[in-house]
Amino acid sequence: MNYLDFGGVFSRMDLLISGAILTMQVSLLAMLFALCLATLVAVMQLSRFATVRFVAVAYIEAIRNTPFIVQLFVIYFGLPAIGMSLEPLPSAILAMTFYGGAYTSEIIRAGIQAVSKGQIEAGKSLGMSTLDIFRYIIIKPAIAAVYPSMVSQFILLLLSSSVVSAISVPELTGIGNDIQGITLRNMEVYLVIAAMYVALVALLKGGLTLIERRVFPFKFLKG
Amino acid sequence: MMFQEFSLPHVYFMLQGLAWTIGLAVIALTGGSIAGSLLALMAVSRNRWVRRVAKLYIFVVQGTPLLVTLFIAYFGANYVGFEVPPLVAISIAFSFYAAAFLGEIWRGSIHSVPIGQSEGAHALGLSRFDAMRYIIIPQAVKIATPPTVGFFVMLIKNTSLASVVSITELTRTAQIVSNATFKPLQVYLLAALFYFLVCFPLTIVSRKLERRLHKS
Repeated sequence: MNYLDFGGVFSRMDLLISGAILTMQVSLLAMLFALCLATLVAVMQLSRFATVRFVAVAYIEAIRNTPFIVQLFVIYFGLPAIGMSLEPLPSAILAMTFYGGAYTSEIIRAGIQAVSKGQIEAGKSLGMSTLDIFRYIIIKPAIAAVYPSMVSQFILLLLSSSVVSAISVPELTGIGNDIQGITLRNMEVYLVIAAMYVALVALLKGGLTLIERRVFPFKFLKG
Repeated sequence: MMFQEFSLPHVYFMLQGLAWTIGLAVIALTGGSIAGSLLALMAVSRNRWVRRVAKLYIFVVQGTPLLVTLFIAYFGANYVGFEVPPLVAISIAFSFYAAAFLGEIWRGSIHSVPIGQSEGAHALGLSRFDAMRYIIIPQAVKIATPPTVGFFVMLIKNTSLASVVSITELTRTAQIVSNATFKPLQVYLLAALFYFLVCFPLTIVSRKLERRLHKS
């Protein structure tokens, strides 16, 4: 039985915090891009044209039925073979965007389908443009309705960012791997990291709830 | 330096990896089911503290990246003083991970059985245990089946992370083959195809079961 000694880990806390910040930056960027991609794919899924629908469904099923780490390897190790070399960090963000986009688009599609036809007809009869109808009547209430599921999905995305340490991105887990290589205090390092991830999840959840109150104030009206 | 041709023996090697992937997922599902059902029952307990322990466990495990959980299990066995082979440590870690998700899925299923059912059981004079066993659980199982199959798909995909701690499942074999042949694109796409061929049918089953549930 060894004894836990956190000294070597705590003295490198600045490194871990920089890793946590990169984790947060990568995840937030991926969330933003994933949200855009997901909206596009959700709209494609509801398209009139069978080919467009097929492309959207093929993308979603391909991503949802293969592991994230394999997708990451295809992008980082595989794409250079066809002349597309990406640095680890852009590869990571790209992979996370594709991964998060597939799950998020299913959520957004459910939200769009929940918007009633009458709302859209009301918008038309008020003379709103197609873009305005899409923006204010379809997508905003749709996202408002499925916001909680989206938050869970984004939390999963934050956690999956730890996987990008496998292509040497120096985010929290990557930094942890480095520190355990130097100090050999593997158990201590990963316990501290686990706690930091739990804190990041709590932070993200809190932040997203604040955004929800700002962006969708109508959800919080007391009737 | 010479690279090997990417050929049939490599594919066989990866298929062996696939067998380990499925094996690991089945072990995790079995272990996770045992701990998960206990956790689900704890989460619907009448004792507030028992409920809190279950919820805390679920929160912590779901809030930690699986990769970090795997590292803790992989390195942690020594600290507890056991000489555990990596495969066993990783199987245990996956079971703990699966338990948190299954516990949460099953708690939700138990809760979504209409309250009238347990009131009815109570009115008929059934004990709480009998009500659980004969009235609530059989109905909850039906509700729980589609998301459980869905989670099994997630489990199969997530066993790929065991490659990071050198368990030779499908992703690890793909890494080895990729290094030997220097055909990363073909190799990783083939690995992705293998995963897809296993996961997609299960996804369809899960979806069909869910549709049938909504009809009834």
